[in-house]
Amino acid sequence: MAELQQEAQENVKPEKIDPKFKYEVMKHPGAEKIQMCFQCGTCTADCAIARFSDFYKPRKIARIVQLGLKNRLLGNPMLWLCTTCFTCVDHCPQGVEVSSIVRALRNMSVGNMNEMPFIYKVFASNVLKTGYVYLMPESRLKRRGAEGLPPLPKSNVEHVTKLFEATGFLETLENASTFKNVNLKTGDQDG
Amino acid sequence: MADLEYLFFLGCLIPYRLASYEVSARKVLNKLGVKLVEMPDFNCCGFPIGPVNFDLALSLAARDLCLAEQKNLNILTLCNGCFGTLNDANKILKEDEELRDRINSYLQQVGMEFKGTVTVKHIVHVLTEDVGSEKLKEQVKKPLTGLRVAQHTGCHLVRPASHVGHGDNPEDPHVLKELIRLTGAECVEYTDETECCGNPIIGVNEDLPFEIAKEKLDHVKAAGAQALITVCPACHMMYDFNQPRIERAFNTSFRIPVLHYTQLLGLAMGFSPEDLRLNELRVKPTELLSQIQ
Repeated sequence: MAELQQEAQENVKPEKIDPKFKYEVMKHPGAEKIQMCFQCGTCTADCAIARFSDFYKPRKIARIVQLGLKNRLLGNPMLWLCTTCFTCVDHCPQGVEVSSIVRALRNMSVGNMNEMPFIYKVFASNVLKTGYVYLMPESRLKRRGAEGLPPLPKSNVEHVTKLFEATGFLETLENASTFKNVNLKTGDQDG
Repeated sequence: MADLEYLFFLGCLIPYRLASYEVSARKVLNKLGVKLVEMPDFNCCGFPIGPVNFDLALSLAARDLCLAEQKNLNILTLCNGCFGTLNDANKILKEDEELRDRINSYLQQVGMEFKGTVTVKHIVHVLTEDVGSEKLKEQVKKPLTGLRVAQHTGCHLVRPASHVGHGDNPEDPHVLKELIRLTGAECVEYTDETECCGNPIIGVNEDLPFEIAKEKLDHVKAAGAQALITVCPACHMMYDFNQPRIERAFNTSFRIPVLHYTQLLGLAMGFSPEDLRLNELRVKPTELLSQIQ
């Protein structure tokens, strides 16, 4: 992020602007109304995260999309700070689903830059392997019986794998590099 | 569809970490005449996949919805995340024809088709809308009179309001409060009741969710609540499992027990603390239990 900020001046030169970027974003479900954002800042004022972070400001994200400054957003680690509480979606007077725009940008970052937070790679790999987000320890599965709970059904891993393949995410997942943390002080990745 | 019969979507976090929620929910639902049909070979709702590939998340959710459609049963979840994700997928796939066609083209690979014939409900909706307050009142055999608790409804049960439906007010949620009052306990108000637990980003930054959760626990403590009541395993993990770590990080002490609503209701229905696995909570509700016994 620090680097990205240094680059900011250079980035706003016309040749760095991608006028079609907002249309790419708008193709994603929920991100259709990005152009309706008139920068009132309600999303940022009411954001659970923005008050703790100098880098995660939903109003700015919306503006950068509108301006087409693609390189300042895609791959920017601060995108991963949204908790998806959806307060911004409920409060936006223009009906913009700000949180869905962040999701679109995360999806595009993963797709274009081939990079995602480590935890998401772990979760996705677990789902691929077992159908569940967590690898259930054998002891816990056994304890279910003792607790009078029915066995946890085996997920249909074959189906899950086919869905990973069909959506093209299997390849993305295999090749994706990862980072561990988003540093709140610098807005950059750690680890 | 028979009344009060649902396909039970357990999700991942509950069997992994929070048997206390599952056990207590099954006990109270059974006593209330709610029939849970076990869900065969379900998969993750798609919640942690949405951020990396929304098409895949929708496909995973749609596969679960298809399983319910095949059984002609509505889904019941205990988790806000599973509810939000499945309900959202159900809504947008019903409304967006182009997107539905695309997701159905993926589902074709596994011999399934999303039709949009079932509804997704969280246990809170089943208790309020289907079981109803009259039936709940009848089953409250040991009212928790004198107990003062606070509620944390959580985000994905009520937001985004346009996607969720079910009539709660996300700015001032009242549904869980009413459910708490039915147990005879008092539901105290506190500052910033709608604040997010922060759990979804704990994997990329721990400090921030801890700070947010600390604020919540500060407010709950200031209101004089003897316990915090949750209806989501992720929120519960944040306030119960992580509470000692938050106390250490901020050099403070809360000792606020965090109960699943089904445990609170279970106590009021006359189940024992052991039946409801209250011993599995990280912050032991010793004082609370001695008061009600």
